[in-house]
Amino acid sequence: MLLTISTTHQPATDLGYLLHKNPTHLQTFSLNFGRAHVFYPEATVERCTAALLLDVDTIQMVRGKGKAISLDQYVNDRPYVASSFLSVAMAEVFSSALNGRCAQRPTLVTTALPLQAQLAAIPCRKGEDWLRRLFEPLGYHVEVVQHALDEKHPEWGQSPYFTVTLSAERRLSELLTHLYVLIPVLDNSKHYWIGDDEVDKLLRRGQGWLEKHPERVQIAFAYLHHKRTLVNDALERLIAEEVGVEEAEVEAEAEVLPTTEVEESTETVEIGAVPEIAMEKKLPNLHEQRLQAALEVLKEHGAKRVLDLGCGEGRLLKMLLQEKSFEHILGLDVSYKALEIAQKRLHLDRLPPRQRERITLIHGALTYRDKRLEGYDGAAVVEVIEHLDQSRLSAFARVLFEFAHPETVVITTPNAEYNVKYETLHAGTFRHQDHRFEWTREQFQSWAQQIARQFGYTVSFVPIGPEDAGVGAPSQMGIFARSSAIKEENA
Amino acid sequence: MKITVPELSLVILIGPSGSGKSTFARTHFKATEVLSSDVCRGLVSDDENDQSATPDAFAVLNFIAAKRLAAGRLTVIDATNVQPEDRKRLLTLAKQYHCLATTIVFNLPEKLCHERNRERSDRQFGPHVVRNQILHLRRSLRLLKSEGFHHIYVLSSPEQVAEVEIEREPLWSNLKSEHGPFDLIGDIHGCFVEVRALLQQLGYTLSIQEQDEPRYQLTHPEGRKVIFLGDLVDRGPATPEVLRLVMDTVAAGTALCVPGNHDIKLLRKLKGKDVTLKYGIVESLEQLAQEPVSFTKRVIAFLDSLTSHYVLDNGALVVAHAGLLESMHGRGSRAVREFCLYGETTGETDEFGLPVRYNWASDYRGRAMVVYGHTPIPQPTWLNNTINIDTGCVFGGHLTALRYPEKQLVAVPAQRVYADPIRPLAVNSEPATLTAQQQHDDILDVADVTGKMLVNTRLRQQITIREENSIAALEVMSRFATNPKWLIYLPPTMSPSETSQAPGLLEYPEEAFAYYRAEGIKQVICEVKHMGSRAVVIVCRDEQAAQRRFGVIGEGIGICYTRTGRRFFDDLELEKVLLQRVHAALDATNFWERLQTDWVCLDCELLPWSVKAQSLVLKQYAAVGAASRVSLDQAVSALTQASQQGIDVTEVLQTYQQHQTLAQRYVEAYRQYCWPVASVDDLKLAPFHLLATEGQVHIDKDHHWHMETLAEICRADERLLLATPYLTVEVDDPASVRNGIEWWQHVTSHGGEGMVVKPLDFIANGKHGILQPAVKCRGAEYLRIIYGPEYDVPENLTRLRWRKLSAKRSLALREFALGIEALERFVQREPLRRVHECVFGVLALESEPVDPRL
Repeated sequence: MLLTISTTHQPATDLGYLLHKNPTHLQTFSLNFGRAHVFYPEATVERCTAALLLDVDTIQMVRGKGKAISLDQYVNDRPYVASSFLSVAMAEVFSSALNGRCAQRPTLVTTALPLQAQLAAIPCRKGEDWLRRLFEPLGYHVEVVQHALDEKHPEWGQSPYFTVTLSAERRLSELLTHLYVLIPVLDNSKHYWIGDDEVDKLLRRGQGWLEKHPERVQIAFAYLHHKRTLVNDALERLIAEEVGVEEAEVEAEAEVLPTTEVEESTETVEIGAVPEIAMEKKLPNLHEQRLQAALEVLKEHGAKRVLDLGCGEGRLLKMLLQEKSFEHILGLDVSYKALEIAQKRLHLDRLPPRQRERITLIHGALTYRDKRLEGYDGAAVVEVIEHLDQSRLSAFARVLFEFAHPETVVITTPNAEYNVKYETLHAGTFRHQDHRFEWTREQFQSWAQQIARQFGYTVSFVPIGPEDAGVGAPSQMGIFARSSAIKEENA
Repeated sequence: MKITVPELSLVILIGPSGSGKSTFARTHFKATEVLSSDVCRGLVSDDENDQSATPDAFAVLNFIAAKRLAAGRLTVIDATNVQPEDRKRLLTLAKQYHCLATTIVFNLPEKLCHERNRERSDRQFGPHVVRNQILHLRRSLRLLKSEGFHHIYVLSSPEQVAEVEIEREPLWSNLKSEHGPFDLIGDIHGCFVEVRALLQQLGYTLSIQEQDEPRYQLTHPEGRKVIFLGDLVDRGPATPEVLRLVMDTVAAGTALCVPGNHDIKLLRKLKGKDVTLKYGIVESLEQLAQEPVSFTKRVIAFLDSLTSHYVLDNGALVVAHAGLLESMHGRGSRAVREFCLYGETTGETDEFGLPVRYNWASDYRGRAMVVYGHTPIPQPTWLNNTINIDTGCVFGGHLTALRYPEKQLVAVPAQRVYADPIRPLAVNSEPATLTAQQQHDDILDVADVTGKMLVNTRLRQQITIREENSIAALEVMSRFATNPKWLIYLPPTMSPSETSQAPGLLEYPEEAFAYYRAEGIKQVICEVKHMGSRAVVIVCRDEQAAQRRFGVIGEGIGICYTRTGRRFFDDLELEKVLLQRVHAALDATNFWERLQTDWVCLDCELLPWSVKAQSLVLKQYAAVGAASRVSLDQAVSALTQASQQGIDVTEVLQTYQQHQTLAQRYVEAYRQYCWPVASVDDLKLAPFHLLATEGQVHIDKDHHWHMETLAEICRADERLLLATPYLTVEVDDPASVRNGIEWWQHVTSHGGEGMVVKPLDFIANGKHGILQPAVKCRGAEYLRIIYGPEYDVPENLTRLRWRKLSAKRSLALREFALGIEALERFVQREPLRRVHECVFGVLALESEPVDPRL
């Protein structure tokens, strides 16, 4: 990994003083993840360039004692790209310059100099725009070159790597500080665990500029690598004076961020992945509406023992728990991790015994018969079926309608017709990567009616979300009532 | 005094404190068979005499007793049990687990009890306690019979106690030592002509032996034995003749018989009980009236002697008229008898006024095959290792026999309709598209794949799947895997050969040969390892065959799925074309006829790598290549510039130039496994195991057979199908070994990933059991993709050599055993859940943490 810093300040070789590195020698520093070399490819009075070359030892990273958390493969980009390793190296090798100390040229420290920094390769999966949004507000002229994945395979398209050149009149310590904070933000994959002192580091390094940066929320979020509590902590302290309107905004944004990433600090964001909820965020609380609608149906039908099938992290469970008319609630999900989060969110370990007895969380799959689901009178299946392969829906239908056999079933699923209203959604793609299908109203209704006939239910349909005259509402809900159950009511 | 105790019974000792129950129990039973209330009191309260702990002590005792009885173990209760309510609780338990209850009463002189208690320092209670107990005991004596004890023994003196000998008696239903072969015959209902014809067709000779009175004699050249499944009588024209046949052959030991509900009803009538004169009994009575009274007496004695069901052939076969739940196998209780006669009903009646039957077989999970009759059906079908063979002969259907162990059905048609069924024989007259088993298999039960699983395999005994792994597998299986009916196999992981110490190399053929040589294997086969993605391909002769054999409807003629059970192609049209091409190649080589099959399961590699691993190639491999190129080019250029300025950077520059070279070689390594796929013609399918066809898992053939049979098919479509080049090596012959090494060098220096070395036999045993079915030996350049561009720099290689293979090898063996087990179960037509637990197991094991680079 190569970082070069150039200046045309006269005499340019003063850069050597500022960096505390002699332009005439190559200097090598040993770091706990490899080595750093500092040398000057050019050092004239007119222009001087210092290069920081980082040699990351990947094999040691995997096998060695100082085992880095996010690097579990030998084949990775760490040795080649600007990452938090570079920030750490800068802090060690250029610590005086970063902290604005220079005994021999004290005035230079406080002087804005014509500086240029070049990062040979930095990953930025969010694209060039994001790079610019990070650096331009800080007054840099930004030049960007994006590189192809493989020149022999042009059909593979662009790699997420950029060569970035930043130019501005800045104090050297400012430039280094900006790089120190923003490189890991771009890379989005820290190499060590996030702890409380990360918040302090961010606050210290961000003083005087980060609080004014228009992307401060995203910067904090990425820097702290998606650790929600740390993010909130940092944001609170960062904008302590502005509490009020701002806090609400932050809360809303934090909610939008993909929740499954909370524990997954090692996972890189998939290329082209658009978080489901983020896609729909323009419609305030569509998901809330869906959950509320499902809950209302169960309540109206007098369900006492209810199932939340595909309960995920427990949003609906939480709402159901608050409703006294539900005597017992069972949440099922195929993701064990989601259940663990649900357990935490619902504070199951702290609920009083009577409340605790009202709820059961189980790990299971809706394509397998499950005796634990029998004996309930209502079931909510909110935004779940579209995550099953269509060929497995017949198994799902039998598991739910034949074996679990509740009196009332609520199924919601996206209305594909509405997708045209999402500007960022390309035609022919789904709202979420894991969706196996998205149905039009007609497709959903014909499936639902066939299911109802097959298993002796009646079904009615309700749109969810703002309705458009042409394409309907963003989400659709089918309400199934067991025919025998209706008879009983009439009798 | 001899005391007979049924081998599975609850033995309840009754006697006051000090009557010697514990000593008696210790003398005659295993320590673990005896549950003592005193001991339980001690367990919960640290004091065996703490009477306040009694309720808890009995809760513990009951719990343990229940577990023992459920498991079919004789259990002795050592407590005073002098009160009827104490005994009632225990008798309920015995009934719940369908065990006979035996009691041994210690009705000993009061004085003796007092004396014994006095000798014990821990028994501080007064004499009134014992006096009371004896009072209750004496009152109980006459109640015991009506309380429901099967055997009652009363010991009245210490001498009698001392003389006791316990004899354990096998249950009447226990015929585990009878191994057959058997021919099981369903409901005859007085159809003598048909049963005679059926016996003849089964190869029996039926003759009449004239003694005092004529007697039927049945012989079979193979010494087979007939088992009649009951309902011999009623409705049909010749009930007495059928009875005579069955009675004579049972008496002669050439047949066995279990009673049916009609037989028992007739028995009750003959014994003078009042029964409804419906459902064909009138015919039986009329026919019997023609026979001498002595015959009727003989019938009564015979029917009275019948045992409700039999457990045969070491427990592998259970026969009962109306079937039997697993929990009732080999048990004796009224409930068991009732079930055997009537089966399970829902308590409702249908429009014909008949009880609605609950299909107990759909929940059956037992290992024993259960053969039964009772409910007439048009065609016998297997469901969960059970089969109903009552094909309604008396109603004009067939009389059916099942040959055991062959599982072959033999039937003769009824001569005519003798009676009209109350409920039409085939209410669902439309022909079922799937068999009962296939319909049942549409839905698997999550309970079978939840928690810690133990899977028994033929190759490697019991394999444990830990709960955390089954949790992971459930998620993957349900979110990504295809219809489980297709998943009859998942491939095992493969271990590399031991790490080579040769300079510049991590893997080298010598170590692979050495592994097998050390285990006493002479010949191995080296197969080119294709660098693509593993694919399991199932192709059926036509869509009907797919439906018939796999129970799938409208899913085409086959499937191509990945090592995790996921459909290989998102593009179903592409999959269809691929399967058609394989199908055509099979057609062209006369495969179906040669292997007498209408389906095949192939283990393959599908190329290019990039077709399945596209996102991995892009996100990881190409991306790292791009990053290295950009970064290293600039680093070298900056260093060169510095060098030109006269700064001494020689060493670093050289290092970076080397980085550059190795990164370029890494890029070249992955590139050759990637090419664009526009149509099926851009794909290559390389089958290397012909895993299974109808009736056979081809692990009894050596790898030459697999290679050659598959090569022939491949020749029929060389554009798509890729025959795997291979070489046989004699591991004890240095020249042959050298040849093998050179072959590997040649393969890997021409872009090959490497080779797979297998013992020539598909299943090979070494010094400590089954050997690795294959080890891989990968090429030096290929390993750059796995270990990183610079893995072979000496200082890196030294560190990388320290790798452990044992976890990977153990995993490979367990997965191999499970994969083969899945195929064998499928081929033997076992229920899908039995196949599924094996493939689920493979998937679960794959979630065990193992170094992914091995």
